[in-house]
Amino acid sequence: MSAKMTRACAGAGAGDAAGGGAGGGAGAPAGGSGARDRFDVLLAEHGERHQQKRRVAAALLRLVVRAGAVLTAGVLLLLIGFILVNGVPYLTPSLFAWEYTSTNVSLMPALINTLLMAGLALLMAVPVGVGSAIYLVEYAPRGSRFVALVRTTTETLQGIPSIIYGLFGMLFFVTALGWGLSLLAGACTLAIMVLPVVMRTTEEALHAVPDSYREGGFGLGAGRLRTVFCCVLPSAVPGILGGVVLALGRCVGEVAALIFTAGSIAQIPQFAEGAAALFDSTRTLAVHMYVLASEGLHVNETYATAVVLLVMVVVLNLAAAAVVKKMSKGARS
Amino acid sequence: MSSSHLKERAAQVLFGIAAGASVLAVVLICVFLFANGLPAMAQIGLPEFLFGTTWRPANDIYGIFPMIVGSVYVTAGAILVGVPTGLLTALYLSRFASGRVAAVLKPGVELLAGIPSVVYGFFGLVVMVPFIRDTMPGRGLSLLAAAVLLGIMILPTVITVARSALDAVPKKYYEGALALGADHERSVFRVVVPAATSGIVAGVVLGVGRAIGETMAVIMVAGNQPIIPDSIFDGVRTMTANIVLEMGYAADLHRGALVATGVVLFVFILLITALLNAIKKRGEVAS
Repeated sequence: MSAKMTRACAGAGAGDAAGGGAGGGAGAPAGGSGARDRFDVLLAEHGERHQQKRRVAAALLRLVVRAGAVLTAGVLLLLIGFILVNGVPYLTPSLFAWEYTSTNVSLMPALINTLLMAGLALLMAVPVGVGSAIYLVEYAPRGSRFVALVRTTTETLQGIPSIIYGLFGMLFFVTALGWGLSLLAGACTLAIMVLPVVMRTTEEALHAVPDSYREGGFGLGAGRLRTVFCCVLPSAVPGILGGVVLALGRCVGEVAALIFTAGSIAQIPQFAEGAAALFDSTRTLAVHMYVLASEGLHVNETYATAVVLLVMVVVLNLAAAAVVKKMSKGARS
Repeated sequence: MSSSHLKERAAQVLFGIAAGASVLAVVLICVFLFANGLPAMAQIGLPEFLFGTTWRPANDIYGIFPMIVGSVYVTAGAILVGVPTGLLTALYLSRFASGRVAAVLKPGVELLAGIPSVVYGFFGLVVMVPFIRDTMPGRGLSLLAAAVLLGIMILPTVITVARSALDAVPKKYYEGALALGADHERSVFRVVVPAATSGIVAGVVLGVGRAIGETMAVIMVAGNQPIIPDSIFDGVRTMTANIVLEMGYAADLHRGALVATGVVLFVFILLITALLNAIKKRGEVAS
């Protein structure tokens, strides 16, 4: 009897505590009071075993989750540490020489080109992106088909990989418009690429502005335009800036979209000779690093270039965080 | 009065035009890609192009099947490496980490997202490739290296999306599970995770999109032989790599074939975007 019961109990033990309890209820009337005591002991034992099992399982799960996090952190540390350790000693003055030669592989022209290229791209993408977000949030009628279309296309743009942008830039700006491999073609390609980033972040920032701000503006007799610029936009600025910095980061690190649109000449465009310099081929820092890495002749300088790129990205990240923090504090006070 | 009315109208029209920019961009991209890619596809013959296993531009033989397979293999490998790690990290950040640890790890993940792909590629080239060459068969430049590197690169995408999905699960779900006697781990894994499924899946799909479109990092570590690999230690060439490697000197039909490779990649991406939208829509209906 006892052995049979144990087996029944063990069978129920595969389920959980509730299953064990039900089994006890069915077995108890047949056994009388002595059997009931015995059964309670068994049940308690089973409960303890079950709890122990759960504790082990919980500890295991905790361990696995921790291991995942440690792995991520470890990869990050390894990557950054490795680049810094190998690159910092080679940050020599000749690497920052004004002119690029094949012996000093200076990154200075590429650095300046990066700033030019990213600045030009943002100059195009930010007004359009912000204007577009303003339209979607502040002007567009609810449920309009145009808005749905814009949303879909923005999502599509966001998913397109940079090589496709590069291909398009090459077919459209470089070939069809006849700009050749140029600063302008590269910047236009980048502008399209980061447009959805600016749009999405601005949209989110505008949505976060309470409606009472708008009502206040309208209540004071301001038109829609004035309400948007004087009441809504100022408190959305941190979010928008965050998006702009994000876009800047993408421009700085981009290679695939530029290699067939801006080319890889390691020279600063000759702006002294006028606006025609917009059509000079240029090489940004990331492209510069790719060329160095694939040539494989200047490994140490490649490490150093990677350090400069990494530092730029880190500074941009910190700047974005600082801007958002400071602005949101200012808005609250 | 009428001048301010005019200004309002003008502003509305201007913002409307700005909103049209993204539509115009998508239309232009589609038109130029398809107009340059489809004729080449037609000339080569669609089945020969998609399923031909030989890529020999010198002899005018253009079969991109090895590259399609390469992209799929590399992406699958990246998912195998990146998704478990990413999900566990997201779980840790969302439900397990103390405030101070999260305050360090979260910016770390953002940094991981900001690192340019050339830097990843270079890291793979100088660290992972030599390691694989020394410890395993093959030359190091391999499917394995590309998959692991891409797995690392999709981590931030998976982590960020999965984490925001986990954070969005209502608190009462977790508390309800606790009240029923489940411990913290069981509540998280049996209640919170299932409730966040659609967001988590969206993160994975987004990761797939990033992995299949990644170019520079893959080129630097994958070896780039246009042959279907026999093992994970063989070199592999993805569609993205195919475009970048040969576009510099390609002409005529060769160039058209490369653009057509871009078209195939573009179609893959469109399918992934559509899938993502479907998942999001289902998530909205469920919640």
